[in-house]
Amino acid sequence: MNSLILSAATRYLLPLLLLLSVYLLLRGHNLPGGGFVGGLVGASAFALYCIAHGVDAARRVLRVSPRTLIAVGLLTAAASGCLSLFVGLPFMTGIWSSDVPAFLGKIGTPAVFDLGVYLVVLGVVLTIIYSLSEE
Amino acid sequence: MLFAVLSGFIAALVAPFVHRLVERWSGWLFALLPIALFVYFTQFIGPVASAEGVISSYDLLPSLGINISFHVDGLSLLFALLITGIGTLVVVYSGSYLAGHPEQGIFFSYLLAFMASMLGLVLTDNAIILFVFWELTSLTSYFLIGFDHERAAARSAALQALLVTGLGGLALLAGLILMGNIGGTLEFSELMFSGDLIRFHPLYVPILLLIALGAFTKSAQVPFHFWLPSAMEAPAPVSTYLHSATMVKAGIYLLARLNPVLGDTVIWEALLTPFGAVTMLTGAYLAVLHTDIKRILAYTTISALGMMTMLLGIGTSIAIQACVVFLLAHALYKGALFLMAGAVSHETGTRDVTELGGLYEKMPLVAIGGCIAALSSAGVPPHLGFVGKEIVYRAVSDETTQIVLLGAMFLTSIAYVVVAGVVGYRPFFGKLRDYPTEPHQPDLGFWIGPALLAGLGLVVGIKPDLLESWLVAPAAAAIEFQPVAVELALWHGFHYSLLLSLCAFVLGALVYSKWDGFRANVSSLDYSVLWGPARWYDWLLSGISVIARITTRTLQSGHLHFYLLIIVATVIGLIGGSLLPQYLPLGLSRWSDVRVHEFVLAVVVLAATILVVRARKLITAVVSLGVVGYGVALFFLFFSAPDLAMTQFAIESLSVLLLVLVLFRLPEIERYSKTSERIRDALPALAFGGLMTVLVLTVTALSREARLAPFFAEHSYPDAKGLNVVNVILVDFRGLDTMGEITVLSIAAIGVFSLLKLFLSGKNKPEEKQ
Repeated sequence: MNSLILSAATRYLLPLLLLLSVYLLLRGHNLPGGGFVGGLVGASAFALYCIAHGVDAARRVLRVSPRTLIAVGLLTAAASGCLSLFVGLPFMTGIWSSDVPAFLGKIGTPAVFDLGVYLVVLGVVLTIIYSLSEE
Repeated sequence: MLFAVLSGFIAALVAPFVHRLVERWSGWLFALLPIALFVYFTQFIGPVASAEGVISSYDLLPSLGINISFHVDGLSLLFALLITGIGTLVVVYSGSYLAGHPEQGIFFSYLLAFMASMLGLVLTDNAIILFVFWELTSLTSYFLIGFDHERAAARSAALQALLVTGLGGLALLAGLILMGNIGGTLEFSELMFSGDLIRFHPLYVPILLLIALGAFTKSAQVPFHFWLPSAMEAPAPVSTYLHSATMVKAGIYLLARLNPVLGDTVIWEALLTPFGAVTMLTGAYLAVLHTDIKRILAYTTISALGMMTMLLGIGTSIAIQACVVFLLAHALYKGALFLMAGAVSHETGTRDVTELGGLYEKMPLVAIGGCIAALSSAGVPPHLGFVGKEIVYRAVSDETTQIVLLGAMFLTSIAYVVVAGVVGYRPFFGKLRDYPTEPHQPDLGFWIGPALLAGLGLVVGIKPDLLESWLVAPAAAAIEFQPVAVELALWHGFHYSLLLSLCAFVLGALVYSKWDGFRANVSSLDYSVLWGPARWYDWLLSGISVIARITTRTLQSGHLHFYLLIIVATVIGLIGGSLLPQYLPLGLSRWSDVRVHEFVLAVVVLAATILVVRARKLITAVVSLGVVGYGVALFFLFFSAPDLAMTQFAIESLSVLLLVLVLFRLPEIERYSKTSERIRDALPALAFGGLMTVLVLTVTALSREARLAPFFAEHSYPDAKGLNVVNVILVDFRGLDTMGEITVLSIAAIGVFSLLKLFLSGKNKPEEKQ
């Protein structure tokens, strides 16, 4: 699609939408948001870029293959669940760090798990969109 | 303990990278792990010999009774020492055997992962964890057999092993779960006390059959034995480690482990003893007929596994001791013989014994190790093989059916003598032949393994009391679940088994001298190639593909509307069929709650829905569909579900994007379907919509009694430190579900990717494929 407005807009929309998606991911534990919707918003950012600039440019902007994102996401999620095994708690028991400065918020395994969800969703949607628009 | 088991997996992860750094010495470097574990496990010998055993447990899913628990008793310790001890030699050997192979690093990775799986299998105390490790050994074995993945024979052998042992694994899982349900626990150490409960339960026979199926497939009992000779496509270190010393003994281990729970019944003996004896004879018979050195060894391994099954079936105290001693003897001599065979074929380029001869002068150190191991395998004193064979004879002669079993044992011993000559004597003595590659003394890594294993067999054969109280007695005690006194000796006084041994030596030597003629005569009578179980496997496999092709052709029409129709009809049938006959309270009384803006939105959604159906242009339909989606999302927002609304908004935007991407490529057509087709599609659609409406109304009427919502609201912050209940449910309370969902998502993405990329690009560019 050769739309000057779209391609100019996406240049600014991409970082903004990505920022929004990360914001959604991080606030998800206490306010509406989370890994799932964050991943979807992030994916739509790249999808918009893909429509405006073509799939090759979109691939370059992402830098890694979306399939790598899926694998990393799944591993992150699974690893966050395994952490509790090492302190003798059942699989996927949430562990929260208590001594992190307040401005960082709380850091715990469920948040890491949510990051895994985010990456998987991002990777899955982009795998589908990139393959579709390439074919 | 957890770390001892997991260290192999961790090492497997880094092995390819480490290998790249220290290519020449990687074998010796990686061997440090198994030897360290070996030393670690030797510490347990003292405590285990004097006490019950050592248990350490980590909770995994306590609500399901699944814990990562480890139990070191005599039996698991014996196996752990074998796995790490032989593992050390095999890793060193692989460093030499595959030196310069481009994928050697990955090989070490598989090998160490296998070692860790096998350690987990023998050390765990939990039935489900045992199953997981059991399947992991099958998986790693698949990679190791198919290591030479460019050869079709290696690939199909790997698949065969995986399918046969995988089938058994599924049966095993069913058996273990049934057993756990009756016994009320999945921990073996606790199940031991409910043996009588399980033995007299009506489900005892199914449990025994299922578990035996698992053990028989893994330990290559007739008629599942055929995968083991095929697996000889694997590199020699793999055959040594997996297919003689450790993995194939997992079935024996399982039967021994469950002997206190399932054993000592008429059915147990009637199942294990005949199958074991037949396997023992079949393996011995087929070993004599083959000329490929690795296949010969594979068949004698089958035979030895059969003997151990038979002994477990007999189940007397002496039989169990015999099983343990023979297991140890077999691991030592068969490991040495496989390593020796690998060295010989590596140096000469052939595995056919009829082409081998005179290698003693070229590789004396390999030859010495091989010969000593062969003597042990033939049961010549003073080797451990002799001690093992004598105690097996004594165990068998105590039985009521002793004539049959003694006869089988006698014939098997003759075959072992012949095989010892064929494998341990023939390649090294006689005339030096011409070989595809010029043989010479291989380096240290090649001969140290066979020499150490064979030497150890000789030492403990001369002084068998070294084993008595430290290894054999604790292992036998663990199998019998009561203390056992063991007396091993090289010389037991005169017993008629000694006479049988002597006759076996003479007859064996006689057959060996006429081996070429004997083989030719008997081979012509051999129908097992035509009609044997290996053929059943082929028929089964092709039968499955035929059925798969038929079902695919009937079910997978390739038309999306057909798939949707099936899904929708199934949902209507299952939900409607089970719900509608009951009385459903419908929440129709709350019309007054509807506010004006909700009503307006409902009208908009309805109008958009009608537009979707009536639209002439696809793009209109897509946009209208988007309007419906956004409308539903707005409803979520009105009813204070912002998370749901946000996700729905994002999903709708992405779907519109996706559909536009696809539509972009479709031709403009006025009408996509005929009126009759539209009516056909409208019926299930209306039925589905009606069903969902009824469901929603019912849920509304029932919602006042719900208890889940208050529970999550109450526990979200104190237990999971999150204020957003929806997110806490997703990542914490129901985190396992989410884990499953993202896995499904990933699989779906791989499916889409392979369909679009591999399938279509293969069609579009056929010239690239050639």
